[in-house]
Amino acid sequence: MKRSRFTDFVTKEYKHIWRDPRTLLIVIIMPVLQMLIFGYVVSNEIKNADVVIYDQSNDYLTNRLTQKLNASGYFRTRVLARKASDIGSAFRRGDAKIALVYPPNFAQNIKRLGHVNIQIITDASEPNTASILDSYARAVITSFMGEISGLGFSSSINIETQMLYNKEMKAAFMFVPGTMVLILMLITAMMTSISITKEKELGTMEILLVSPLKPSQIIIGKVLPYVALAFFNSLVILLMGYTVFGLPLRGNLALLLGVVFLFIILALSLGILISTLSKTQQVAMFMSMFALMLPTILLSGFIFPIENMPKVLQWLSLIMPPRWFLSALKTIMIKGQGLWYVWKEILILTGMIVVFLTISVKKFNIRLS
Amino acid sequence: MRTILFLLQKEFIQIFRNKSMLPIIFLLPIIQLLILANAATQEMKNINLAVVDFDNSTYSQRLINAFYHSSFYTIIPTPQSENKAIDLVHNGNADAVLVINHGFEKNLVKGEKVSVQLLVNSINGTAASLINGYTSSIIQSNAQLFGAGNVEIGMLPVHTDSRFWYNPDLNYKLYMVPGILVILVTIIGMFLTALNIVREKELGTIEQINVTPIKKYQFIVGKLLPFWIIALFELAFGLIIARLVFNLTILGSIPLLFTFAAVYLLVALSFGLILSTSSSNQQQVMFLTFFFMIVFIMMSGLFTPTESMPKWANYFNTINPLYYFMRVNRMIILKGSGFRDIFPEFISMSVLAIVTMFFAVNRYKKTV
Repeated sequence: MKRSRFTDFVTKEYKHIWRDPRTLLIVIIMPVLQMLIFGYVVSNEIKNADVVIYDQSNDYLTNRLTQKLNASGYFRTRVLARKASDIGSAFRRGDAKIALVYPPNFAQNIKRLGHVNIQIITDASEPNTASILDSYARAVITSFMGEISGLGFSSSINIETQMLYNKEMKAAFMFVPGTMVLILMLITAMMTSISITKEKELGTMEILLVSPLKPSQIIIGKVLPYVALAFFNSLVILLMGYTVFGLPLRGNLALLLGVVFLFIILALSLGILISTLSKTQQVAMFMSMFALMLPTILLSGFIFPIENMPKVLQWLSLIMPPRWFLSALKTIMIKGQGLWYVWKEILILTGMIVVFLTISVKKFNIRLS
Repeated sequence: MRTILFLLQKEFIQIFRNKSMLPIIFLLPIIQLLILANAATQEMKNINLAVVDFDNSTYSQRLINAFYHSSFYTIIPTPQSENKAIDLVHNGNADAVLVINHGFEKNLVKGEKVSVQLLVNSINGTAASLINGYTSSIIQSNAQLFGAGNVEIGMLPVHTDSRFWYNPDLNYKLYMVPGILVILVTIIGMFLTALNIVREKELGTIEQINVTPIKKYQFIVGKLLPFWIIALFELAFGLIIARLVFNLTILGSIPLLFTFAAVYLLVALSFGLILSTSSSNQQQVMFLTFFFMIVFIMMSGLFTPTESMPKWANYFNTINPLYYFMRVNRMIILKGSGFRDIFPEFISMSVLAIVTMFFAVNRYKKTV
């Protein structure tokens, strides 16, 4: 059977990609590396934080407290301050993030007055770290207090907390779907927009347009290889999440892959839209980068929860495709729910595809300049 | 010197001639800064709580009211069934479910221990532990209202008194804005330089330059300087916006901040040039740059403290220019660190600058 023109055209695109093994390698390695970094490097857990101790008593009780702090695993005494200003200079150099000030005559005052005051100073230029360290220090001091006074603290209401979906509170539940969105956006939206504008910039688009291929065939032919690449990457990410990071695949696999596929199509239509709007590769690149990548990373709930954002940004996040994709992904994969729980997301994603493609078709010029 | 001036003139004319690049250079970073700083928040401000009250007594109502009064919570009306409440979590309408069992009031009055169940959506571990913490502390503080707690504040022998320096309101934006500035300056500087030489290669104009008597270092300086100036300008622009919108005051010395930024940009831009000279088309260099940027940014401590990263990550960070600039930018702006405080970082940065510039000049070959 004679091969159709269209198949030839797709083959040409494949050759373009294969001829540039370095880009291909990056596209394949990037998600793997990203997952590894997220999995092993980026963590909110704080261990062995350097602490400055300004001990104005230096008696048996303060020494015991310092030992207890070091033994807790959260703190490591870095500096023993001699004067109050040592705290500020340690903070300014970045040597420590928390300081404890023990008052003079600690043991004596506890016996005589029955109470003493410990000051906890934190470097709140990193607010979250500061408040976590502050609460750790207070917890250690509270338990120290219990030891020295022999009092037990208890409350009459017992709270039985149950963590749904993610019992060990693994970070992978957030970053695996997040990485997937990032990579799919990167490969499909960014690469397609660049590869189409490249033909425009180099003038080869005109050659394609005068060929007997229909404009729609040209576009489909150009994006098809990227669909395959993106789908391959999603499978790698899912597999890695499942095997290396212990992410569950609770829901229906076919439904999951269907949603992934839908999002790839969406990212493609975005890429096509960008390419119709930009004349040079640089513009296409910066458009995808600023208008797509960063806001979608930050407004999709990937790293920062949407509920905590100002109302305006919450509304803005409603028109961000990754938000709906992430929500559907988590519902299917982690919560293990079926179509009934994600029909809204699927409908919205489909609607977005229709809108983007309609605008692209309107904007697409068969005649260049 | 005159040669370099001509080259600079040429580059600036080219940059400003491109009408669509101008808004990208100046407008988009501002929008980004405004959106990112507001979006990048780890504080929990609104928790949707579904309460299943099987007891339906005065005490349980009082406990639920405590959540009504807290500005952090929105109480979702819930039917009398635990499964239906969990369904609300499944479809994302609730973040947590609180179940108050039958006999809550009766047992409390008798002075017995009672239990309540709290089910938290923990897909986001950080958010889950914050929700758990807030909810527990509200319940516990109410336990005392019911007269059942046995902790009396006056009895505690050790008081603690917390001070949060540099940022007493724990405003997360103050932390994020200097970090975002670093990213913006880097993206603009590194990408523009990286794309620049490759574009000349793609269009074939590089050959025209190669046949001129311009020396290698002159060419590199001519390519570096324009973007170096633009990036520094971008930093100043960003700082002004941060000052106007987020009320971010620079505690430390501004000349010191810009000196460090200038050295940092030498590294970032030379690195962009190295990538540019080793690629053959724009798509390729873009992905290469993107790849390094992602790794550098994620390891730099933009969102999470570098101190809690594993050892090998910290070794890697000794050659990560973004790590130094991220750290020093925050130190100077937020804590007012002086030259002596940032001296070690300054030395490392200068060494990196010399090495990358050396490579940038050497990688560029006038022969094809």
